[in-house]
Amino acid sequence: MGVKHALLALLSEGPKYGLQLRQEFESRTGEVWPLNVGQVYTTLQRLERDGLVESDDESEDGPQKGFRITVEGKEELEVWLRTPPDLSSPPRDELVMKVLVAFGVPGIDVHEVIQAHRRYGVELMQQWTRLKEGAAEHEVGLALAVDAELFRLDSVVRWLDAADSRMRRAQAEPRVAPAGPPVRVRRRAGVWR
Amino acid sequence: MTTLEVRGVSKVYGEGSTEVHALRSVDLSIDAGEMVAVMGPSGSGKSTLLTIAGSLEQPTSGEVLVGGEALGAMSRNGRARLRRRAIGYVFQDFNLLAGLTAVENVALPLELDGVSAKAARAAGMRALDELGLTDRASRYPDELSGGERQRVAIARAVVGDRQLLLADEPSGALDSVNAEAVMRLMHTACRRGMAGVVVTHDAQLASWADRVVFLRDGRVVDQTAPAAGPESLLEPSPGR
Repeated sequence: MGVKHALLALLSEGPKYGLQLRQEFESRTGEVWPLNVGQVYTTLQRLERDGLVESDDESEDGPQKGFRITVEGKEELEVWLRTPPDLSSPPRDELVMKVLVAFGVPGIDVHEVIQAHRRYGVELMQQWTRLKEGAAEHEVGLALAVDAELFRLDSVVRWLDAADSRMRRAQAEPRVAPAGPPVRVRRRAGVWR
Repeated sequence: MTTLEVRGVSKVYGEGSTEVHALRSVDLSIDAGEMVAVMGPSGSGKSTLLTIAGSLEQPTSGEVLVGGEALGAMSRNGRARLRRRAIGYVFQDFNLLAGLTAVENVALPLELDGVSAKAARAAGMRALDELGLTDRASRYPDELSGGERQRVAIARAVVGDRQLLLADEPSGALDSVNAEAVMRLMHTACRRGMAGVVVTHDAQLASWADRVVFLRDGRVVDQTAPAAGPESLLEPSPGR
């Protein structure tokens, strides 16, 4: 998780105290990702060790100790902001695996399996939406963080819908053996291991 | 209090070999203050359920009660009166009359129901005001953005003392921010006492509802559990 870089981003606005950084982190992210104060100080110590931030006075630890970003810290932040995170799918996505294997298990209705996951996904989305509904208009951080969850879950539900129709079609049409040797799909490295 | 009750409703189109079962023994009960989303793939019967609930179509069997009154027992005029007074509809393509201003569109169902033009206009203005459209009241539909047009359509659907709000893909033509605004407004209207049914294939829109009902091949196959509070999302759990 990008706590280290989120703290650098907050410090890029000006010098701040540890407690202040924690409060600002939580308010910017809509308090969706709680952060304990110990985590803030450990991260700040690491940032200081790496020369990305500096503190007021090395002898004085505690809430009154201020931190500011260094030139190296600013450079690190700029590079991080523009670097895409790893968006490749996790190896053997558990949900995909469940649906794929359910297709062949005797006595299991794959559509019921899909519906169970679809319902759970929509229930989670309802909870996130309630959170957004209760938020004030100015709480942009919260709305953004909730939207990210909603779009992620939405894509899962859409995949389930597509899988459902694809399998219904496959079951409705008799299987025809393809002519010639089977087409081999080259696996993308790192996706299915 | 139950506002909409659908009991064992079936709908069959055509006959013999061309028979299509659009709905099969559907039961659905919606209380005042509750918004229910109906999700399902194309052809699952979502829109048919909505038109039958809104008395725009008759079921082949089963019955529908709105505010405790059975639609099947009413005369054609009685059903038309109920549609004007108690039911509001929101469609994907807004269905506003191009020759009327926003407030005239909103006031229209009341005027058709015999309310004086002055009182209907005042009620129309109140409804527009609640949806943040006071300064758009004198504009014609083609002078409004898509999001504003749909808000006017919602104002028309909730004006007066309506009990039932029915919406078919209400934000299908809007971008996600405007779509959210539409769902938020409809949910607020339901919180104030209307019962709402929103038909959609979009899970993000459906997640605004208090309950989501899943339809497939004309049958209700599943529904979501009563929603847990959002606080539960912020607590660590083994599944997350």
